[in-house]
Parts: sequence; structure tokens; C-alpha cells
Amino acid sequence: MSAISLRNVKKAYGKNEVVHGVDFEAAAGEFVVILGPSGCGKSTLLRMVAGLESVTAGDIEIGGRVVNALEPRERGCAMVFQNYALYPHMSVADNIGYSLKVAGVPRSTRETRVKAVAESLGLGEFLRRKPGQLSGGQRQRVAMGRAMIREPLVFLYDEPLSNLDAKLRVAMRVEIRRLHQKLGTTTLFVTHDQVEAMTLADRIVVMNKGVIEQVGTPADVYHRPQSTYVASFIGAPGMNILPARLGAGSSLLLLDDGQTVDLAGHPGGSDLPNEVHVGIRAESISLANHGRGVRAKVHFTEELGSSRLLHAEVGSTPIIVSSKDAGIIEPGAEVNLELPPDSLHFFNPDSGRRIAH
Amino acid sequence: MIERTPILNAVTQVVLLVMLFVILVPFWMVFAAASHDFVTVNRVPMPLWPGGHLYENLSEVWIKGNFGTALTNSLISSVLVTVGKVFLASITAFSIVFFRYRARMLVFWAIFITLMLPLEVRIVPTYAVAANVLSPLQQMLNLLGFQLVLPEWNLLNTYAGLVLPLVATATGTFLYRQFYLTIPKDLAEAAKMDGAGPLRFYWQILMPLSRSNMAALAAIMFVYAWNQYLWPLLVITDQANYATATMQLQKMVPEGFGEPPVWNTAMAATLIVLVPPAIVSILLQRLIVRGLITTEK
Amino acid sequence: MLRHAAFTNIWLAAALVVPQLLLVFIFFYWPTGEALYWAFTLEQPFGGSNQWVGWLNFATVFKDPKYWNSVQVSIIFAAATTAIIISVSLSLALLVDRRLPGHQIYSFAYFIPYAMAAPAAGLAFRFIFSPNAGFVAAINNWFPNIWNPATDGFDAMVLVVLCQAWKSIGYNFVFFLAALQSIPRPLTEASAMDGAGAMRRMWDIQVPLVMPTLFFLLIINLTDSFVDSFGIIDITTHGGPARATDLMVYKIYFDGFKAQDYSLAAAESIVLMLLVIVLTFIQFRFVERRVHYA
Repeated sequence: MSAISLRNVKKAYGKNEVVHGVDFEAAAGEFVVILGPSGCGKSTLLRMVAGLESVTAGDIEIGGRVVNALEPRERGCAMVFQNYALYPHMSVADNIGYSLKVAGVPRSTRETRVKAVAESLGLGEFLRRKPGQLSGGQRQRVAMGRAMIREPLVFLYDEPLSNLDAKLRVAMRVEIRRLHQKLGTTTLFVTHDQVEAMTLADRIVVMNKGVIEQVGTPADVYHRPQSTYVASFIGAPGMNILPARLGAGSSLLLLDDGQTVDLAGHPGGSDLPNEVHVGIRAESISLANHGRGVRAKVHFTEELGSSRLLHAEVGSTPIIVSSKDAGIIEPGAEVNLELPPDSLHFFNPDSGRRIAH
Repeated sequence: MIERTPILNAVTQVVLLVMLFVILVPFWMVFAAASHDFVTVNRVPMPLWPGGHLYENLSEVWIKGNFGTALTNSLISSVLVTVGKVFLASITAFSIVFFRYRARMLVFWAIFITLMLPLEVRIVPTYAVAANVLSPLQQMLNLLGFQLVLPEWNLLNTYAGLVLPLVATATGTFLYRQFYLTIPKDLAEAAKMDGAGPLRFYWQILMPLSRSNMAALAAIMFVYAWNQYLWPLLVITDQANYATATMQLQKMVPEGFGEPPVWNTAMAATLIVLVPPAIVSILLQRLIVRGLITTEK
Repeated sequence: MLRHAAFTNIWLAAALVVPQLLLVFIFFYWPTGEALYWAFTLEQPFGGSNQWVGWLNFATVFKDPKYWNSVQVSIIFAAATTAIIISVSLSLALLVDRRLPGHQIYSFAYFIPYAMAAPAAGLAFRFIFSPNAGFVAAINNWFPNIWNPATDGFDAMVLVVLCQAWKSIGYNFVFFLAALQSIPRPLTEASAMDGAGAMRRMWDIQVPLVMPTLFFLLIINLTDSFVDSFGIIDITTHGGPARATDLMVYKIYFDGFKAQDYSLAAAESIVLMLLVIVLTFIQFRFVERRVHYA
């Protein structure tokens, strides 16, 4: 049974529709990350699940019952907010234990449970402090503790790491993952950071402009992006996209400056339409000897330590190549690039959707 | 947020509506009473539907209360107080924030502390000062051994008397100071680099930037000035020429509490006095609220 | 605290502050000093020599049961108005902040009495609560003589308290509403997710978070009730009946200008001044410690 299921969920503010019919299911215990740029409707979607926003159309099911009309407290969700939303006038213990207090749990039980949760998050010694006296990471833990203590059906995270500095963000990411392994609670996690999404998720939901672009495992969305949008959004750098036409016999690919790539050996090469967008990851491209592959003009290189990124142009199309063994290449130099046929992805140039192969 | 709280929502709406009634009904009663004749207004309970004598009552009380002159005086003195407060507050704060001299904190506190000395608690000696404004300076000079004799300057029964004692403003100065402190120091430095002197900087950079603060401050100060009552009552004895609108209300009330006023004309006078600031605060409500909240000490 | 300081022209700096300093000196500090001087001397209102009498004026004031009556009346007035104003305006702000349909109309309309001058409000209330005309008088038709602020001190106090409260609720309301609206939305949402219903959230989250505003308004209302109530008293009760509404500020006015006893009025002014100074000080202390919730 799926823990959460969304069926054609829409959200409109007045006439302005921001979520255009979203369908997906999360299995019990699954860690699902909703990934997308700001304004794509991902937070709105999460808030609809939480009950903080009403659903304009469609159904949201949690644990097998439709919750559209239920109040937040009746849904069995716990949420970690972007700015933690800790109660500034309450101590850490009171923050964590607030939901129990509201539920009328007797003081002694409450204290034991608060203590247990706080210990498990390493907050044991801070119970008497106010949120204002805590560091960013500690506040984050308190917010998580407040969610945990309710033993909810579903955890909701709304960009919880975006206020932390880079180092702490990595540490908290690990902690969230560990917590999920321990508790096994179904989790929806919203973020705009694709690294967070890749490292945390069992499955990623990529959203753009109020619709789902793709649902899949991290490996899936990375290796088999279903649209040019996903292809260029996932990965750092994103996938190179080159416009091209199919040459004679479908075995030759003509790039926009007339250069060709041999498709021999590509499994689905024969049923491609005439016009395509070709995608290839920066690390799938290798430097070739003179006279082979595709000529490109290098504009500049970025040194990353373990590798170099060459920013180049094929014809007028920018292309980024990641190479471990490229020497120093002067700006303006020409290089030859090898585009292996089995690393190519094809997309419909009009819809941007992947062409199956 | 999804909330199914029909009972609480109903209670909320009822309470808000009842309080709306409670808060607005006095205005209506004033208006209704001002529109009845003498017999109707004294009927108990008075009919809430307005009668046909509004114009008659207004014109009677207009003459009785000398409101032609009084409203003009209120308008003139309120505008002068408002302009004076805004102007003084802005130049004082400008000096305190943008000039370097040791006494600036002292100046600031000297003005700020006057918050603790509202007019009402120093009313008697302030009245004495108003009878001869320069007397404090005269006495200071005498004390310091100067033989200079300053002329007498009596503020009683003058516009200056209505305005000057109300113009100093701790709240306004504080507001402007807070606002100026939010302006990056670099802006003044940049203006200096561009060759602008302090006055040009004040006029061409600070003034345009502080326009919305100025409007908010001016809006509350206008209502404050219009509603002054105790001070005009003291400083003006020549009521035929210098009375303000609010103090004319006293004329509607017989001495002593036993005797009831003539209600229909008294309410007509109340109407005349309350309408101008009511209109101002309805039109400028957003400004006034903003001004109140930002001048919060 | 004052970091800026970009210009150094000391003469210009002085010229900019002198006008206000002069006004402050002439109309604030000098009269205050004068009040002190008078409070410790005896003099004729206009001219005549004055004579140092030490604490005599204060002794006279403090021995006078009429003064203690006005202190008592002022305290009752202050406590009653402040309690009504704070509780009503906070409740209204909490309800308006629920943002049900029509809330903008309410937040607009509740503010309007702020515009009313004290004597105008006083005159209006005197009419509405008149014992033999207007509306409340109707109650006397059923229960003869149950309501008469002209002869009954308690009724008169009720009248002036209600008038002051009515006039001030709008002002307090906008402060509470602004404070409530500055509470970050996610805090309320978090408590909703924690299971707290609307009423519970008001009590557990919203009210504690507007405590700084509540305290600020508490002091403002107390101070206002001491100094700003002159207009209402002067138009409605003249301090009567039988001094039942003889507030300190009205007594100062009466002793100084009607009875022309400057020394007595000055001594009373000093006491009231001290009271206001103490209240303002408490407020300053609290401004420093003010909690800011990010």
C-alpha cells in the first residue's frame, strides 16, 4: 500500500494555476525528494500534503484515506520548516514536547519522551535553552525532534537545509538520512539543490512550472533523463544539449555547423525523427586525436582539482567537457571531441521529451 | 490553512460585528442627534433615524461657536505645528547623525528626555512662560551677569502661542534619527566625493529618501495638533479671533455638571469638530498607522 | 550607537540643532525648573516676592484629603481604562488576525475613533450616557434613577472610563494587529501541525509573542490616562459629582488656573511628573531588553 498518493492534484490562486495536475505515489517507508527551481510549485505541493494549503482539484491520500478536507493536525504529518519555525518563547524541551502537551499527554510521560528524542539527536544538554541561544545546526535538530516525537505517518521537509552553511549542510544531510534509516518513516523532502536530492532520495520527483517532469531513482534521473529540462537540471554541470539533424541512412548525425557524428552501433538509431536534440554528459566526452571526432573551440577551462572543465563551442552551440587528463589548453585553441554513440540521449526538439530507445 | 472551525468562525464574525457596531455607533448617534429638533432630541430613547433639522442646527451652532473663524484657526495652527515638527525633527536628526561633534549625544538626549515631560504636567509654568517667552533667556542672561534687556514677547492670543510650545518633538526627532541611521554612511561619503556640501546632501539626497517617513509623521502630527484642547484653552482668551475648533466645544456645555447642554446643537458642534480629523484619518489611515508604529519609542 | 558622522562643519551642525534646543529649553526645561521652584516657594500669581518654604507646599498637598481623593480616583481610572483597552483591543486584534472574510473592513473601522479629539468624544459620550436624554436614559424608564452620572460618582466614573477606553481602543488595536502580523507565518503553521487549534494557538503562541507590545501599551495607556484625560473630564464631569472624577491632571488645572494657587499646583505637578517619569523609565528599560523574534 502506498503511504501517500496524489491524484491529479491542482492548485490555483484565483485564476492563476501554479500546480497543474500532479500524480504520484510514495511507497511506505520511501524517501521521496521533490526537486525543482524556485517557483516550480514544489513547496505548494508539500504544503497541500500538510494541510497548510487547500487543494483546488484532485485528491491527496495519506495512509489510504483522502485527506483533502482534514485539518493539518488530523493528517498524521509532521513538518520541518525552512526557517525551523521554533517557538522563540519556549525552551528546547517545550518546543519538542509541545505537540504532546496539546494532546494532553501527562507531564511525566512527556518528559521521558522529550528526553529520549533529545538524547537521540544529541540535544540532551540543551533542553533548558531557548532557540535564540542555539546554533543553526542545533536549531535544525530541535525542529527535527519536534517532528519525530509525534511518531508521524509522514515526515515533510520544506527546504530545511537552505539556511545552513555548506559544511553543516553536508553533515545534516547525513543525519537526516540516518534518521530515516532508523525510523523508516515515509518522507517527502522539498529542495532546489540537486546534490541534496541525489544523495538523500530513494526516488526523485523533478518538477518544473507546476508539472512533474520525471519520477525516478537518482540513477534513473541522472542516466535516463526523460526530458531536456531534467537532463540539464540534474548533474553539475548539466547535460550538454546540441541541436542536430539526421543524415543519410540514419547512421549519421549532422550538427548545426555541418560536422557529423557516426551513429553506428547506437541501438535505437534507426527510428529517430529527422530533427533531434542530442544530449551528452560532460564526463562521457573524451578528447580525441586530431582528425577524429568533432572539432570544438575552447573558450576557457575551469580547474576543479580532480578534473578540468573545458568550456567550448561546437559551431555556435556551447558544450562542456569534463576531462581528467586534459593538459593546459589555451583559450581559442581547437580540440577534437569524441562523442561515443552509446552515451548519446535523444530528445524531441519541440516537446523536449526523451525519444525512447 | 485548512480549518474546519464553523463555531469559532461564527463567534469571531459575531464579536467583530458587534464591536464594529459599538465602535461606530457613537458617530452615528452624534450625527442623528445633530439632525433633530429640540423636542425630538430629548425624547428617550431618541429616534435613531436622522431628522430634518441638520442644516438648521449646523447653521445655528456655526454662529454660536464662531466656527468660521475657529476652523480656520485650527487649520492654520495644525498645519504650522505639523510643518514645524517635521522640519525641526529632520534638521535636528540630520545634525545629530551626520555631523561629528562631541555634544551630539547630549543634544539627542536633551530632546529625547522631554518625552517624560508632557504638556499637562508642566501646564502652569508653561503658561507663565508663554506670557513672556523671552523671560527664561532674560533670567539666564541676568544670572550670567549680562546687562542686556530683552524685549517682552507675549504669546497669549497669538498663533505663535498656539504653535511654538507644541513644535518641539522628541518622537519626531527619534523617528528621523532612526531613519537616518539606516542610510549607509557611504552615501554621505559618496556625496562628499561628488563635491556636495552638507546642505546639498540634506536637500537633494536625504529629503527625497525620507519622503514616505515624512508623510507618515506629518499625518499623525496633524491629527495630534488638531485635537489639542488644554493648551489652546489657556493661551487663548480672545476667543472671538483666536479660538480653535476643539475649544469651542466648551461653549456648548453649561458650567457645572447638573445643567444639561442643548443636545441637538451641542452634537452639531461635535460633528463639526470631529469631521476634519476623521476625514484626514480615513484618507490617510495607512500613513497614520505606519507613522504611529514607526514612532513607537 | 551614533556611527555615521560624515560632516565636520561644527557651526552648521550647531545652527541645525539650536532652534529645537531653544524651544525645548524655553517650553520644557525652564517650566519644569520653574515648577520645582514654585513647589518650594510661596508667591503671588503675578508679581510679588516669593519666599522659600521648603516642603511646606508638599505637606499641604499631602495633608489634603481632596488630593488623596484625586490620587485614588486617578488610579481607579488608570487601572480600569487600561484593563478594558488592553483586553478588548488584544481580543479584537486576535480575531481580526484570523483573516476571515471582511477582516480588512474591521481593521479599518476600529481605528477611526483615534481621530476624535478628547473633548469631542467627551461631549458625545455625555449625550449618549445622559440620564434624561439620548439612549442610556431609557434604562431609567424601567428602573427609575438607576443611572445618573450627574449625581452618582460611580456612574460618572463609568462614563469617563468608557469614553477614554472607546477613544483609545483603535490606537491599541493597530499596535496589536501589527505585532500579530509580524509573527512569522510558519510559527502558527508549525503549531497547527503540532495539533493546536485556533484558540490554543492564540493562547500558546500569539499572546506570548506579543507580550513586548502588550507591555509597551500598558505603560502608554497608564501614562495617557494620567495626562491625556483632561479634555474628557473638562467636558463631561468637571471632576464631579462630589470630586468622584477629580483626576490629578484636572485638579492641577483647577488649582492653578481657577483657584490661582500656583504653588500648590506646582507641587502637584511635580508629583505627577515623577509618576510619568517613573513610567517612562520603566518603558525605556523595557525597550532595551526588548525581545526581537527573527
